Amino acid sequence: MAYVAVKGGETAIANAHRWLAEERRGDPAVPEIDVTQIREQLSLAIDRVMCEGSCYDRDLAALAIKQARGDIQEAVFMIRAYRTTLPRFGASEPLDTIQMRAARRISAAFKDIPGGQVLGPTFDYTHRLLDFTLAANGEADIPPALKSEEPQEYPMPNIASVFAHEDLLEVDVPTPDAPEPYDLTRQPMRFPAGRDQRLQALARGDEGFLLGLAYSGMRGWGNTHPLCGEIRYGEVDVEFVPEELGFPIEIGEILLTECVMITGGKGGANKAPQYGRGYGLVFGHCERKSMSMSMVDIALKAADAGEAANAPVKDEEFVLYHSDNVEASGFVQHLKLPHYVDFQAGLLTIRQLRAEFFERQRANGEATEPAAIGELVS
Amino acid sequence: MTVTAQQSNQPTQQYNYAYLDEQTKRMIRRAILKALAIPGYQVPFGSREMPVPYGWGTGGIQVTAAIIGPDDVFKCIDQGADDTTNAVSIRQFFAKVADVATTEATSEATIVQSRHRIPEKTLKQGQILVLQVPQPEPLRGLEARETETRAMHAYEEYGVKYVSLYQSIAAHGRITTGAGYPAMVNQRYLMTPSPIPKFDNPKINQSDAIMLFGAGREKRIYAVPPHTDVRSLDFEDYPFEIQSWEEICALCGSEDSYLDEVVLDDEGNRMFVCSDTHHCSVRRDAGHAGPLAGHALATAQEAAE
Repeated sequence: MAYVAVKGGETAIANAHRWLAEERRGDPAVPEIDVTQIREQLSLAIDRVMCEGSCYDRDLAALAIKQARGDIQEAVFMIRAYRTTLPRFGASEPLDTIQMRAARRISAAFKDIPGGQVLGPTFDYTHRLLDFTLAANGEADIPPALKSEEPQEYPMPNIASVFAHEDLLEVDVPTPDAPEPYDLTRQPMRFPAGRDQRLQALARGDEGFLLGLAYSGMRGWGNTHPLCGEIRYGEVDVEFVPEELGFPIEIGEILLTECVMITGGKGGANKAPQYGRGYGLVFGHCERKSMSMSMVDIALKAADAGEAANAPVKDEEFVLYHSDNVEASGFVQHLKLPHYVDFQAGLLTIRQLRAEFFERQRANGEATEPAAIGELVS
Repeated sequence: MTVTAQQSNQPTQQYNYAYLDEQTKRMIRRAILKALAIPGYQVPFGSREMPVPYGWGTGGIQVTAAIIGPDDVFKCIDQGADDTTNAVSIRQFFAKVADVATTEATSEATIVQSRHRIPEKTLKQGQILVLQVPQPEPLRGLEARETETRAMHAYEEYGVKYVSLYQSIAAHGRITTGAGYPAMVNQRYLMTPSPIPKFDNPKINQSDAIMLFGAGREKRIYAVPPHTDVRSLDFEDYPFEIQSWEEICALCGSEDSYLDEVVLDDEGNRMFVCSDTHHCSVRRDAGHAGPLAGHALATAQEAAE
């Protein structure tokens, strides 16, 4: 049998792309899916793409998901590659999440907290039984969720305000003359990383990777088992100060999930015992991601505070350098590119070493020539 | 092989010339100038997300995008070949977004972007070689932490690299590194020449051309300016040596080029051909012939050209 040398002609590449487009479309007898359907009915996929793509645009995310045939990491990559070409007008004012119009807010630390436990739209407590009516004839009209008679407390107090009067929970105090926040999309990774750089990397990081890290910390590879102080999900206003106006104006609303994890801190000679906090903030409704993010934040802060960085989740370089799935996916998949030049270099060395090995054996009168694999098999 | 004409940039005007915005190009040029001023030193830069994946040449593409102009002639190779898939893709990218002429002829190119090879034809003054780099840190295999390796470079603390070469000799009787062979630049910075075979290392030493190295994912640029000493690490009793073959190129008969091994069948038959496809075709055109001249592989290459 003769092999065909693998050389990629331009025609072959163009054809491969055409085939890909065909596969994306699937059976032409089945109606084409519309990006608005993806936007409305695959909203959590949209959230994840916006979050890891670092670009809040539901329509673009829907387009990316369609073009990527539902491959979420591929969609994230497309959004990133588009985002990087966008002109930059400036940075918004810091978001005020206590002003969030919360659709969901729960705390595991207290039975009840000011503002109440608001379940909102959640998979929690659903039974994961396949609902075959969704596949059969579509769903019947969904009865609307009942509206509360009492309006929800607004602004909804957060876990920090609950603890405030006792100073039991560590407070993140903004540095008054803080420089511009670190921006990983413009600057390379730098160590030791500031918390701004760290949180940005985590917010962009791969959900699966962060989930695994957070889980490893709970299972004993890092000894962190924090408490979920609060998770809230809802809409927050974004304000921007245009140079020509000089005062903030609202430019839109975005949906966010915020998570605060709390963990016991024993204090020290000059520091009263106090709960420490880890922070997670992500676009859209990505609860698993926001929880994982705040747990990794806690683990990294523990290492800052002098605990030995003796587990992957506590190691800043390990966590930050490997959490970006666009980087990871690209580099892992680059192994598909031809490597025959370096392989040839390795092959020469191995053959040389083998020749020397058998020469030594012959000299010692030990063994014979190696059998060719073909002979062994047949 | 002649230079192909420029293509119209019309359909891609949603993007700036050569894809990157001017601010970004300026930032990358500053990094390149710094890299040229400190030969072999890895300059961190604000690498952007590109429309090709990390590990597929994003660093090289950004370097090229920052230095390319409409008058340039661009050549792109991967494994020495102009017709490998990724080389084709990157060449088409610049033909489209930079409205630039492309070529396969090494001597006609003003910019040669490459992965894993340096062309056989000696580069001359006025040419720029842009190498795509997956891992810019020559010490990474020995020390995983960037904070540590940066300090090691600052203190010129390269003993550990020599120890690893010594260990290779102790275990195998020779230095077994075949590609990405570490080199000392201008007697100061240890550099990885990217995963080119060590066969190509001598081409970097005292070259007339500018050599730029771009690592997109790791966000580093480094450079070897023309006429710079680049010494591959070795020992007095174990001097640096490059690869050699008992075979010659089956197509052009070349005795001194880097050869790829092409497996012909399941019976162990194989042929050796020049990895630098352009070099090979120039020699064939000049009348040189190897033992398998006229083999389907050569005709396929000519058809592609």
